[in-house]
Amino acid sequence: MQRIGVFVCHCGSNIAATVDVKQLAAYVKSEPGVVYANDYPYMCSEAGQAMIAEAIQKERLSGVVVCSCSPRMHEATFRKCAAGAGLNPYMVEIANIREQCSWIHKDMETATQKALVLARAAIAKVNLGTPLQEGESPVTKRALVIGGGIAGIQTALDIAEAGYEVDIVERTPSIGGRMAQLDKTFPTLDCSACILTPKMVDAAAHEKITLYTYSEVEKVSGFVGDFTVDIRKKARSVDADKCTGCGACQEKCPSKKAPDAFNRGLKKRSAIYTPFAQAIPNVPVIDRKTCIHFQTGKCGLCAKVCQAQAIDYTQEDEIITRKYGAIVAATGFDMIRLDRYDEYAYSQSPDVITSLELERLMNAAGPTGGHLERLSDHRQPKEIVFIQCVGSRCADDRGKSYCSKICCMYTAKHAMLIREKYPGTKVTVFYIDVRTPGKNFDEFYRRAVEEYHVDYIKGQVGKVAPQPDGRLLVQGVDLLDARQLQIEADLVVLAAAIEPSEGVRPLAGMLTAGIDTNDFLTEAHPKLRPVESATAGIFLSGVCQGPKDIPETVSQAGAAAVKVIGLLAKDRLRTNPCTAMPDVLACNGCSACANVCPYGAITYEEKEVAAPGVRETRRVAVVNSALCQGCGACTVACPSGAMDLQGFSNRQIIAEVDAICR
Amino acid sequence: MKFSYYPGCTLKNKARALDQYARACAGVLNIELEEPDNWQCCGGVYPLGRDETAKKLSAVRALQETKEKEQALVTLCSACHHVLKRVNDDMRHVPEIRDKANRYLELEPPYQGETKVLHFLEVLRDVVGFETLRKKVTHPLTGRRIGAYYGCLLLRPGKILQFDDPENPKILEDFIRAIGAEPVIYPYRNECCGAYLSLKDPALPAAMCEKIKGSAAGFGADLLVTSCPLCMYNLNRSETKDTLPVYYFTELLAEALGVKEDPAVSEKQEEGNP
Repeated sequence: MQRIGVFVCHCGSNIAATVDVKQLAAYVKSEPGVVYANDYPYMCSEAGQAMIAEAIQKERLSGVVVCSCSPRMHEATFRKCAAGAGLNPYMVEIANIREQCSWIHKDMETATQKALVLARAAIAKVNLGTPLQEGESPVTKRALVIGGGIAGIQTALDIAEAGYEVDIVERTPSIGGRMAQLDKTFPTLDCSACILTPKMVDAAAHEKITLYTYSEVEKVSGFVGDFTVDIRKKARSVDADKCTGCGACQEKCPSKKAPDAFNRGLKKRSAIYTPFAQAIPNVPVIDRKTCIHFQTGKCGLCAKVCQAQAIDYTQEDEIITRKYGAIVAATGFDMIRLDRYDEYAYSQSPDVITSLELERLMNAAGPTGGHLERLSDHRQPKEIVFIQCVGSRCADDRGKSYCSKICCMYTAKHAMLIREKYPGTKVTVFYIDVRTPGKNFDEFYRRAVEEYHVDYIKGQVGKVAPQPDGRLLVQGVDLLDARQLQIEADLVVLAAAIEPSEGVRPLAGMLTAGIDTNDFLTEAHPKLRPVESATAGIFLSGVCQGPKDIPETVSQAGAAAVKVIGLLAKDRLRTNPCTAMPDVLACNGCSACANVCPYGAITYEEKEVAAPGVRETRRVAVVNSALCQGCGACTVACPSGAMDLQGFSNRQIIAEVDAICR
Repeated sequence: MKFSYYPGCTLKNKARALDQYARACAGVLNIELEEPDNWQCCGGVYPLGRDETAKKLSAVRALQETKEKEQALVTLCSACHHVLKRVNDDMRHVPEIRDKANRYLELEPPYQGETKVLHFLEVLRDVVGFETLRKKVTHPLTGRRIGAYYGCLLLRPGKILQFDDPENPKILEDFIRAIGAEPVIYPYRNECCGAYLSLKDPALPAAMCEKIKGSAAGFGADLLVTSCPLCMYNLNRSETKDTLPVYYFTELLAEALGVKEDPAVSEKQEEGNP
């Protein structure tokens, strides 16, 4: 028989105003196993914890039930307190009488009744509880960062500075990401490349950082502290050790028909290419789909002009397998496709462009050398209309429900830069709301309006109609003036919504990291654990977790790095003992549990099963307790009831239900 | 394949061409259009008042009768298509309207939106297939540059009509390609023609139609196609410098399939246009 102590918290008036805490403490005394019950205004306070510790020792308690707030809030607090007093921390149970009772009810009598029922259930569970021991697992002191944009670079630099090895895996031929495509950055208008490229160089030069560019993560197995990752290093067709980066091959390459992705397709590039001049590594790759040599077997001009003899047509993809203690996802974003927004005529007119295309058109290293011009006739536009929230804050399923967060600021930046450089240009911005919550952000937007006289119109655009002469007729509404507008423009810029990069969903599957309906990776807690995935050892950095600008991305990158460093600093990890445990006698190896396990923690083994009257070797489930996150899906899926979750055994759950129904 | 066919009132007088050419083509396309005996006018406009159930009853009758025959209900007129699909959607999703209509019509078992409503263009796309249609074309309209004029009733509300993407539709362009002509994309192809405003203030639809025709002509269209008698009326009524001829899509289909000069058709045409 257990000796259980019940501790009822008032939580100031949070609980006590709705639940009669004194009465509750008195009621629970008659529950089976309860030898002690008391109440206190703030159980989580030092004095409250002292009360629990004292009772554990004086009353020789074998179990503790705390009737308080959600276990998410203070379960760890009370477990630690119990452990300090010599009680196994897994013999502590929380009855949530705040979020699930006092906060949602008004009537004291019924709320007290419900609190009693919740306490009963917790007591019933503790009555069947068993002490659990935490295990240990080793830590590989190396981190993997997936994505080489500013988020990945900053995370890697911070981890490397702490003295740990970091590998960056980047899908494209160079690190740099979206930030490398930008012209200027808000709100200071400093040049994006000027602040990014030194960081790229630092990352490449750092002795603790290894770059795998033009590479992708192909397979992830293992668990926190001990991941094994296969990285596919795609064939560059260029020997990186020999290449001097002279660029002769790119100049001579006769196939210059491929759309240049770095310039958002506004320009063509050669088949052998580096995405941009400051690319790191400065080693080109051959795009085999457009290379004449790979397509027809002829040409071979690049190999002929390469003084260093670095061109290697025979190179093949390489799989590199490495072990890591922690993995950071920093996979970034792209702009949405605009197929479903054809009222803005993006597919109909070359002079309707996205904001990211405008960045390239305004960038000195861009396709026009920084001269803003229409793609149709190369004339400098005189009247420009910006449309914000294209696909963001969308009420139907055409676009995204969320605010893309960066568009208000970069649109103000674009408008201002254009008015600065081409003062004769008329610039109009259509907006739903202007959102500028950041340091010096609102001042920046006001400058656009007040000093640069950008015409901000609150309202949405219904249609952009290209005219036969190439002009664009923008039909919109001015909500503040309650009138319809028709504005002639020669350039329309769409602030398209941003979305997580392509391929993040399969990556999340490999990492067993949570992902939301918009394909953003989910943090373990929206406020308290914003840079960790719910899967231990997986961390999040940058826009893959949700829209954010550069300063915020850099902050999050640093935060993710600190979490990684905290993990790698440990030699061994304690593992949560609340994991699944199969009863080999009842298991028939049907695979139902492995099929539902989101963490790949269940495998099968041929095992000798021995019981009175039985001795045979058969296939049974085995749980890797380091991988198991204790979600319990397998216990429900198991048709023979062989799978049990330690700390949440089937018997305990049934006892809780019985106690509630009593 | 056999369908119930709901012609609608306009196709019995002003828009005979829309109806008769479709009937002529149906045979070539192995489609049977069976007109029910007792169909009534759909009302022409979907009643927007949430409590206006009476005006939806004629549509419910047609839908119920089709359900009994276990056929899909095909219509040609944009307005009928719009009303039938929206009323059907109400019968499926709005309990108050469904209950009221069923009680009044004493339908047992109640009608719950089971009938599938199809526009004739959807039949061409989804049942016949544009690829098959292309093969059946004997007189391709090669060299003709055609602007598809969708108007609004054919496309919107997109979620309920489930016809095509209202902002970037392509069914008519695909149709135009299938009959051997060249579609012309112009920005006002899915804008309203002014519809019934022609009764109140004819200047408004005239201005709207001028914009539509001017844009289509500007982008190089020689003619427009529509499936809506009201669009046809408004487009023809507006006097613009761009005198673009407007055709029902069925007429061009009949021409491409080589059944336009079918004597039965032209005879009925003449009767319809005194």
